[in-house]
Amino acid sequence: MTREARLERAQEIVASFPQRSSAVIPLLHLWQDSEGYLSDDSIAEVADVMGMPAAEVQEVVSFYSMFRRKPLGRYRIEVCKSISCALCGAGTVLEHLQQRLGVGLNEATPDGMFSVNAVECLARCDLAPVGQVNLEYTGRLTPEAVDAIIDRLRAGQSVSAAIGGETGA
Amino acid sequence: MQDIDAPGLAGRAGYERHEGYAALRRVLGGDGGARMSPAEVMQEVAASNLRGRGGAGFPTARKWQFLPPPDGGPRYLVCNADESEPGTFKDHELLRKNPHLLVEGMTLAAYAMGVERGFIYLRGEFAQPGRGVDAAIREAYEAGYLGRNILGSGFRFDLSTYLGAGAYICGEETALLDSLEGRRGFPRLRPPFPAVAGLYARPTVVNNVETLCSVPVILRRGGAWFAAIGTEKSGGTKIYSISGHIARPGNYEYPLGTPLRTLLYDAAGGPLPGRTLKAVIPGGGSAGLFTPDLFDTPMDFEPVAKAGSMLGSAGVIVMDDHDCIVRASLFLQAFYADESCGKCTPCREGTKWLEMTLHRLEHGHGRPADLDLLRSVPKNILGNTFCGLGDAAVGFLMTATKHFWPEFEAHVAGGGCPLPEEVRR
Repeated sequence: MTREARLERAQEIVASFPQRSSAVIPLLHLWQDSEGYLSDDSIAEVADVMGMPAAEVQEVVSFYSMFRRKPLGRYRIEVCKSISCALCGAGTVLEHLQQRLGVGLNEATPDGMFSVNAVECLARCDLAPVGQVNLEYTGRLTPEAVDAIIDRLRAGQSVSAAIGGETGA
Repeated sequence: MQDIDAPGLAGRAGYERHEGYAALRRVLGGDGGARMSPAEVMQEVAASNLRGRGGAGFPTARKWQFLPPPDGGPRYLVCNADESEPGTFKDHELLRKNPHLLVEGMTLAAYAMGVERGFIYLRGEFAQPGRGVDAAIREAYEAGYLGRNILGSGFRFDLSTYLGAGAYICGEETALLDSLEGRRGFPRLRPPFPAVAGLYARPTVVNNVETLCSVPVILRRGGAWFAAIGTEKSGGTKIYSISGHIARPGNYEYPLGTPLRTLLYDAAGGPLPGRTLKAVIPGGGSAGLFTPDLFDTPMDFEPVAKAGSMLGSAGVIVMDDHDCIVRASLFLQAFYADESCGKCTPCREGTKWLEMTLHRLEHGHGRPADLDLLRSVPKNILGNTFCGLGDAAVGFLMTATKHFWPEFEAHVAGGGCPLPEEVRR
């Protein structure tokens, strides 16, 4: 999306609400989806469109766990660590991912391809352990399953193809 | 969840093949029959004994009736699709497989309440099913089920989705409204309640996905039909999400009041091979656990509360003899510490200290004083917080320490978890 197209879309979003204040969260998603994360510039631009001080936009950004203030991997692998997934082995999957990729949680591999994060309940507990790759659902994760996902992504497959759709959906 | 796996159900044509929009046609007189008034629709929902399916179980028609008489200004219906209660995944299946059911349910509800604008607040992690919901909304507009003059009735309802960005607290209805207004999701002081001053300080009703999805069948088959299913106080079926160490995890729809044992053994296949069930949470991560002697408890709001837990979201989480209750407590406590919004001290500080204390126990650094903390801190949180997240944060732990105290003691005495390492996996 070009910068102009994004600004135009942003104005549409602002106009769509009965009160414009609501637009800040969709705009932050729009900027984050196109830039990969929310830089200081992104926050300044959103603040400008909204007519809000940047500090107030940052106040919103800092509250929500999905808003990233630094770049993560091109493929963000997120695994649930809440109770049902934890009982079913999410911890093992998370340890394996960090070991295989050589990263800790919330950091990107040096080539920028992957990052790993532990997240809270993703509401698909029937597929525990559950994960998302770039917000696409996958489940019944094991060290072998995530190895296969990483291999397929490295081989250039799309996220949907690499995760093989929701297992058992 | 009728016909939930029928091919094409997520699309308008497929939905219509399964009685989709028949209720809306009947209500708005689109099939040549007489139109029902908003009051008549309200009456059917009242007669159904439908109670909120998000966790509180508040009678739905009574909540709708809290709206003041129209004053010419805007009123709002907001669907709470922030499903984030651990162990709960029923709304996700409805959104993914039957988005038109929610659209129809919201349109009917809006008609009953004289509301012309609706929002579906989806948790941010639901971006993928959210695309399907957006597609269903577009189809509904094209077919004349949304927008101005729906089915020629003169009734108008506009609906759109709003994506959150990761915050369990935004499932609390007033925090949801703050988030929908573009702010941090902090809960609000009540009164005023949302019905009086909600979204943009205007009269607003917030309902759960499953609650709104129950409305079309009530208008198709009648409130009395719905009330005849379930129990005297709770009409209809409930979708129970069953997960954890159980043979067949999944969503199972059964009449309210079905015994937990039926859900665990008949629906979900009982324990994994060679294992026995140890403890089951009947109502999501915020609920107290049931030991096996309570498995005959009817899964309805009052009976579960009387037995010492809560039906809540009906997220049934199963632990077996391979599970350490202290470790399970730590998993849950970490969730509430992460998700506390920070507004009030007992929750913000208490959840963090409980997580740290349990972490010490599980990792071999537990001290006798920690056992005292695990019993005293929850009592200082319960009832002392600005919103229900504080109570939710200690629901499980208080029952865990009550029923499995020796496990907690053993972690301190033995310098860590007594379960063998391999069994814990």
